[in-house]
Amino acid sequence: MHRDDFVRRMQSPGGDKQSGRSLHIDLPLLVMLILVCCAGLVVLYSASGQNMFYVKRQALLMLVGFGVMFGVAQFPVRFWERWSFLLYGVGLMSLLAVLFFGVGAKGAQRWLDLGFTRFQPSELMKVAVPMMVSAYLGKRYIPPAFGHVLMVLAITVIPVILVVRQPDLGTALLILASGFFVIFLAGLRKRYLLSAFLLVMAAIPTFWLFVMRDYQKQRVLTLLSPEDDKLGAGWNIIQSTTAIGSGGWSGKGWTLGTQSQLNFLPESHTDFIIAVLAEEFGLMGVLALCTLYTLLISRCIMIALNSQSQFGRMIAGSLTLTFLTYVFVNMSMVSGILPVVGVPLPFISYGGTAIVTLFLGFGILMAISTEPKRIRTTL
Amino acid sequence: MINDAAFSDPARERKIFASRLLISIFLAFVLGIVVIARYVDLQLTRYQDFATHADNNRVHVRPAPPSRGLIYDRNGELLADNRPTYILTIVRERSDNLSELLDTISSLIEISDNDIKRFEKRLTRRKPYEQTPLKYDLTEQERGVLAVNGYLLDGAEVSARLMRFYPDGELFGHAIGYVGRINERESQTIDGIKYSGTDSIGKIGLEKFYESQLLGEVGTEHVETNARGRVMRILDNKDPVPGSNLTLYLDSRLQRVAHKAFEGERGALVAIDVKTGGILAIVSAPGYDPNLFVSGITQKNYDALLHSPDRPLFDRTIRGQYPPGSTIKPLFGLIGLHSKTISMDYVIDDPGYFIMEGIERPWRDHNSKRGGHGKGVDLAEAIIESCDVFFYKMSIKTGIDLLSRYSKQFGLGQITGIDMPGERSGIMPSRVWKKGARGQSWFNGDTINTSIGQGFMLATPLQLAVMTARIASRGNAVVPKIVKSINGIAVARDEISEPININEEHWDYIHKAMSDVVHSTKGTAKGISRGLSYKIAGKTGTAQVISISAEEEYDSSKIDKSQWDHALFVAFAPADDPQIAIGLIVENGEHGSSAAAPIARMVMDMYMKSKAGSHQSSGGAN
Repeated sequence: MHRDDFVRRMQSPGGDKQSGRSLHIDLPLLVMLILVCCAGLVVLYSASGQNMFYVKRQALLMLVGFGVMFGVAQFPVRFWERWSFLLYGVGLMSLLAVLFFGVGAKGAQRWLDLGFTRFQPSELMKVAVPMMVSAYLGKRYIPPAFGHVLMVLAITVIPVILVVRQPDLGTALLILASGFFVIFLAGLRKRYLLSAFLLVMAAIPTFWLFVMRDYQKQRVLTLLSPEDDKLGAGWNIIQSTTAIGSGGWSGKGWTLGTQSQLNFLPESHTDFIIAVLAEEFGLMGVLALCTLYTLLISRCIMIALNSQSQFGRMIAGSLTLTFLTYVFVNMSMVSGILPVVGVPLPFISYGGTAIVTLFLGFGILMAISTEPKRIRTTL
Repeated sequence: MINDAAFSDPARERKIFASRLLISIFLAFVLGIVVIARYVDLQLTRYQDFATHADNNRVHVRPAPPSRGLIYDRNGELLADNRPTYILTIVRERSDNLSELLDTISSLIEISDNDIKRFEKRLTRRKPYEQTPLKYDLTEQERGVLAVNGYLLDGAEVSARLMRFYPDGELFGHAIGYVGRINERESQTIDGIKYSGTDSIGKIGLEKFYESQLLGEVGTEHVETNARGRVMRILDNKDPVPGSNLTLYLDSRLQRVAHKAFEGERGALVAIDVKTGGILAIVSAPGYDPNLFVSGITQKNYDALLHSPDRPLFDRTIRGQYPPGSTIKPLFGLIGLHSKTISMDYVIDDPGYFIMEGIERPWRDHNSKRGGHGKGVDLAEAIIESCDVFFYKMSIKTGIDLLSRYSKQFGLGQITGIDMPGERSGIMPSRVWKKGARGQSWFNGDTINTSIGQGFMLATPLQLAVMTARIASRGNAVVPKIVKSINGIAVARDEISEPININEEHWDYIHKAMSDVVHSTKGTAKGISRGLSYKIAGKTGTAQVISISAEEEYDSSKIDKSQWDHALFVAFAPADDPQIAIGLIVENGEHGSSAAAPIARMVMDMYMKSKAGSHQSSGGAN
């Protein structure tokens, strides 16, 4: 701590970058986040059927999110490394609480009712699990030894199982992925990777037969042949691909998408919002958004590569890859490449906890980015 | 474990991390390309398909059915109207849970089991995305309840439709017929496009005959709908062209009188305008209420009509074929005069029976009880008093060939060509006919039977009216027509090519004889002459329902009423300036004079009265 404080003081005089650093703000990241959020609000206005209520609520949540991000960024990276286990513990406890006292809708029990708001612990775990794994591995040899791998497995799988029980397969897989990303980035040996791969292959049939619920299987089957059930489960995919396809190159214009405005598109303001963007702004809009995401991710990768600590590197890398996964999975499921799992499009889809968790992650990235540099001569 | 970090090699850690991150980035890049490729494929390569699909999704072409043409009588009285009714329809595809929806509807308004049953039957026959009717004739209150709860009723819709309504009910039932739901057989023969949005079709009567004119042209409405099928806005429409209105020759006043006269009887009456052939009244009794059929008759009601011994569904005017009996005598007399096989001076002796050479069995005169009509019976007397023996003898002299040939010119033995579907031709027997139909040669006995309108001979009440009109008009070969004008444009009248050229004095003779049937003291229809302010010319007739052998006497008290003779009467008026001709039959009415003739008089009285009335009113207006 002492040394950190010292270094921070040493670095503070200087140009613009330094003044931003003293506030622990990564300016390029902030600018890109603001741009993505604005794009999200514009699309949401149209996707919600021009309902200002949703837009205002989302904007408010984004403001809260920015607040959370700034707040998180003020704490040094080592603070987060040290207290990761606490966050993880709280997350685990709330997951257990969800199983017993949770509230939910459509047969799933995902929320804790805190009286003033609803809270989705599985969302928190999307950040808490990679943090915990990074913290654990940050203090250990790289590449991780067998015992450490087992420990990481336990840290990751316990919350995953709890989330599967809710049931929320999509989130569970994302948590699993976020844990995996950390250990992969930590240099997990190839033999472990191979055995993990074989294990997954072997597990798929078991998974299909014993774990997956009927509706989840249906989603997979629907992906394979949506035309079989045009008005049932296939409806979503047919309508979303139609929305995307009919957007063409330049789109039908903002708020003029027939598929979205006439309610053919399901969940248009949440998980399927990319279809609204694609329909109204065309491929141009999609590519523009992808460019924004790419810039955002590139900045995150830079932050990860420049991180001073192993913990910082791993958590930054893992959060970046998780973010990438969100984008990939969401865009794939809406366009019919992957089964429909409930993964929102980051910063564009409407949704409370998800937005705040995202900002929590970016707060940590900002903390890493503005972490005072040690003596560069070691490089 | 010792503090690993103390031994860690930051440079190596950094390197491992960087290489792993690069691997991940590379994988992410590949996956990113896949996703982008997918969007490019959807949005560029397959853009046309999806754009079309999106349009098909939102734009629906809804047929705008035309309103069916109205039908008026000659005085402008509305006989077939369209009444707006509200129906509740369901589009199966747009309801997530049909049984739930039906439950919800049942909790809001009364839906009978019968409604549900018929709805389910229709469901099996409908096209995808078609509105299937659940309940007809919604009351204002029901519509209100449904409108208020519309948000619960995705897939259900209340729509207004025009439904055929016949204000006079039974009165014009047979003539106008009715429309009903298009059945499966019809749906295969009709042009589906013309009938889109229309679910009924003319089944019988004028409604069927003039179907193409009454139908109108379907319009289209391009509407934008949301995923639930709710219409958001109308993009474009082509208005339907309403069906043509028909104005009939029918006079509802005459129709009412005739209909009333047949109360409790079975029979038929056709009244024709002698000058034009226009049908003034056409009644088949008993009738039925055509309104029952419009929205689908219940099986119970239908069975009751179908199995009634009085056969109310049977249109006796054009489909009932009866032996014309003595009503044929003026025509045959005329043919005899015209073909010169008899003359106006020709007389016979009538002992009450007729014996033909080589045949033992005598032909009785129907008035044989009184020992016949005596000596010196001429044609006029034979018509006035209805002497059979005169016609037996006269027919042998004339022969079936002439009788048959000329009778056809008066409309017998062939369809008259009236603008109604299902007309029957009757039978005017001839040698050729008998050979063809029976495979037998013609005998003189057949001629004798034919001479009094019995034997093989059959005619519809319409044919009797047409025959009478042609006699009344002195050979003007009028063709009966019900529809006078379509949308105000007069319908061309068909005339048969060959007018009947008969010597004027023969016409005079027959007209005089027919007039004397009513107006002379010996006339068989003298009963109706009392108080007549104009002259009626007519001829009574009796048609045997069962054959009575020569030895037996017909005695109505001994046999069931269903086997009593049919009573017939043909007439025209005024006798000196014929305007209206009537043919009528009262089934099992026994005597033309007592059962049939008074009905003709009632109708003619009304005709003369309304004629005088309209003259007065038109005079007043001028």
